[in-house]
Amino acid sequence: MSAPVVRPPEAETSSESRVVLANVSRRRFLQGLSLGGLVLAVGFESRARAQEPKKYGADGMPNGWVDDPLVFVSIADDGTVTIVCHRSEMGQGIRTGMPMVVADEMEADWKRVRVAQATGDEKKFGNQDTDGSRSTRHFFEPMRRCGAAARVMLETAAAERWKVPVSEVAAKNHEVVHRPTGRRLGYGALAKAAASQPVPARASLRLKDPKDFRYIGKGQLKLVDAADIATGKAKYGIDTRLDGMLYAVVARPPVLGGKVASVDDAEALKVPGVVKVVQIEPSPPPAVFHPLGGVAVLARNTWAAMQGRRALKITWDDGPNASYDSVAYKAALEESARKPAKVVRNDGDFDKAAAAAAKRHQAEYYIPHLAHATMEPPAATARIVNGKCEVWGCFQSPQAARDLVAKRLGMSADDVTVYVTLLGGGFGRKSKPDFGIEAAVLSKAVDGKPVKVTWTRDDDLHNSYYHTVSVEHLEAGVDAQGKPVAWLHRTVAPTIISTFNVEAKNEAPLELGMGVINVPFLIPNIRIENPEAIAHTRIGWFRSVSNIPHAFAVQSFVAELAAAAGRDPKDYLLEVIGPGRQVSPETLGDTWNHGESPERYPVDTGRLRRVVEMVARESGWGRKMPKGSGLGIAAHYSFVSYIAAVVEVAVDAKGALTIPRVDVAVDCGATVNPERIRAQMEGATVMGVGVATLGEISYKAGRVEQNNFDSYQVTRISAAPKIIRVHIAPGGDYAKPMGGVGEPGVPPIPPALCNAIFAATGKRIRRLPIRDQLTV
Amino acid sequence: MIALDINGKRQNVDVPGDTPLLWALRDELGLTGSKFGCGMALCGACTVHVDGQAVRSCITPLSVVANRKVVTIEAVGADPVGRALQAAWVEVGVPQCGYCQAGQIMSAAALLKRTPKPTDKQIDEAMDGNICRCGTYTRIRAAIKQAAARQGGAR
Repeated sequence: MSAPVVRPPEAETSSESRVVLANVSRRRFLQGLSLGGLVLAVGFESRARAQEPKKYGADGMPNGWVDDPLVFVSIADDGTVTIVCHRSEMGQGIRTGMPMVVADEMEADWKRVRVAQATGDEKKFGNQDTDGSRSTRHFFEPMRRCGAAARVMLETAAAERWKVPVSEVAAKNHEVVHRPTGRRLGYGALAKAAASQPVPARASLRLKDPKDFRYIGKGQLKLVDAADIATGKAKYGIDTRLDGMLYAVVARPPVLGGKVASVDDAEALKVPGVVKVVQIEPSPPPAVFHPLGGVAVLARNTWAAMQGRRALKITWDDGPNASYDSVAYKAALEESARKPAKVVRNDGDFDKAAAAAAKRHQAEYYIPHLAHATMEPPAATARIVNGKCEVWGCFQSPQAARDLVAKRLGMSADDVTVYVTLLGGGFGRKSKPDFGIEAAVLSKAVDGKPVKVTWTRDDDLHNSYYHTVSVEHLEAGVDAQGKPVAWLHRTVAPTIISTFNVEAKNEAPLELGMGVINVPFLIPNIRIENPEAIAHTRIGWFRSVSNIPHAFAVQSFVAELAAAAGRDPKDYLLEVIGPGRQVSPETLGDTWNHGESPERYPVDTGRLRRVVEMVARESGWGRKMPKGSGLGIAAHYSFVSYIAAVVEVAVDAKGALTIPRVDVAVDCGATVNPERIRAQMEGATVMGVGVATLGEISYKAGRVEQNNFDSYQVTRISAAPKIIRVHIAPGGDYAKPMGGVGEPGVPPIPPALCNAIFAATGKRIRRLPIRDQLTV
Repeated sequence: MIALDINGKRQNVDVPGDTPLLWALRDELGLTGSKFGCGMALCGACTVHVDGQAVRSCITPLSVVANRKVVTIEAVGADPVGRALQAAWVEVGVPQCGYCQAGQIMSAAALLKRTPKPTDKQIDEAMDGNICRCGTYTRIRAAIKQAAARQGGAR
């Protein structure tokens, strides 16, 4: 078998044209900014560039991709290969996964590979915005090419040294071998000569046959950072230490849009260790990623800064969002959800079909705001020396940090360097670099001295970018067998776009395309509506985003219909999905499709069916359960991956819930690091359990009511599932597009859990979190 | 000046006695392995050992630990139980983001010293104060059991 020849990408191969590509992307990026879009630029399609062919995948992201081995790979004389990871590590294992791909293609010995983290520099490295479960699916191919090109350069250097045709040499496990004579040269000995070779043309590269992979798809490698983590050596954003550094905490307006009316810092300045009090100006709306403003206390250590902040006397001018009240807002959302609204998808005639249906059902679901509550709260350090600013922090989007720091300081982005530390959790929160800008502003206020800003847990919960709050109203008409013939889903939630454009009141394509508009169900009459909702807080993205409320509602409602029909929920779900077929996202009204090409990434109901069937088989679906125990199933397509889950619950006589076991089946296409795919599914399961059982951010008088892990509870070990079994769909083809992994494991868990509770108790949960709803 | 015994080393810090141990470790002594997560002993990320007991350093004033033996994640590997846990953590692939894991390992080390062969229930009780937002709990349990088994085998 000959190795597959790399498919030439859409862009031209010369470095010149790569610059052009970067410029085009840059322009689109800025257009996105002026729309208030930033990373969401991909979600918009402005009329001005309607004639430009639409770009997908990594090509559609700002600054696209780079596959130049001279950017990503260096080899030392001793043979140590250093591979740059340009995506942020927040627990998904990308600092292992991406370099592993390069190492495999270049035949590097993993034991001799070091990983270096890229600074925020998208022109150099390609897109670095680490969210959307995109890293592997967007950069697997560029990183393969990177490794393959490095291999060719090493082989060419060896052939030149031996004065033999390059066809006679082959790289193998960190050395190049001359096949006819058996002569060998190690990568260290070849390093200099290889680096001066021309980078081979992209179209000439031959990638490995997947059967020859040493690391890709195997899962035998340990995390590159595991030993440092286990010994306390790993460095996160909060761990930066610089000589002469000041430590800052900031009192921020408790209500979005609030301002300091007056501040008395006399007592704060008396706290031992406090050095200075500095006001940070808020930015006018929209919120974007700007600091919220407030009053910063700078001190000799973090504790002194915290004590100083406690001693500040601040009067806030709250502004109009002081009226935000979660109880009233829920009622308002419910009212909107019960009235006809903007139609965003309309197949057939819902009204007519529902009127003629044998039976009608309806249900309403509520999912509150959530905060990411990353274990490492936001933290960043900045200093300004000779007109150049350096920032260290736990950024998911280091280029955004760089651009916005530059803008705020009135500098060129070229004069700002952003160093990316490990992220102690991200989940979308750290895509927003407001905390990095705070550090830079404070450093400027003390003549460029290094300043570290640490958010406390209260800060994190009070001033986050929250997961939206939503009411999902569903109606169905069913035939005499209980099968749905008419489906209405009205989804109402403040949109992420409101953070970038205060006028935005409807869910954007990127939210509707998360499991509401693009349900691939075989139902002839489907109407999806989206009433308006006004945001009163910063709405952001939280791991798996709008898929959480949409999947919860859709997968709960399907189970409710199954129960009403007296059918097995798994069989009924498969029937609603219908036979295996490829559905164009466009025919579902989904113009977004997770930023991917509708041709390369159709919705494949066969794959959705397969994970349902796999998880049913592996979990022993249908087995007899003792009293008070039950199984629940749910499936969801998101981030172009297919996931199904079966949750087993036990509910005792007092209503105490335990989760003995969860089975998850995942089809994300071909795999790079199956061991980390399992880890992501396990973690997503626990997060999904937390969302379902405990998670809620609520507001009163415009202020978040939760302060810390006592009032904003998350799942602990005693409440976590005892066993989580992950089943990865076999037979992934490396020539086919990959799916995401980091996020899609979350959405099926809350509905599968609530469906299990229904099976165990007969009680249907429609309002999250469950908290004490089962207590008898 | 407060005299401290950190990881077997005498150290003096010049901060008020009500300063929590966590901030002295992190900001004054540069031992950043112990993490800040909540400041209220709710999450366990700051767990260290004081005279062999797991304590939350974020609420433990320096005045309380003066002249008592403090061990942090940076030195727990000097002890066979700590070393076995660290090895198991890598072997089982426990960490995701890793931020909470220092505290998890410190809590687990205190557990295994007290209870060399913990049951699931004992693990739950000892580890319930340590939050992992990435949700690595099943692997934490597996790694504790693996370390316990290895330790038992060596005995």
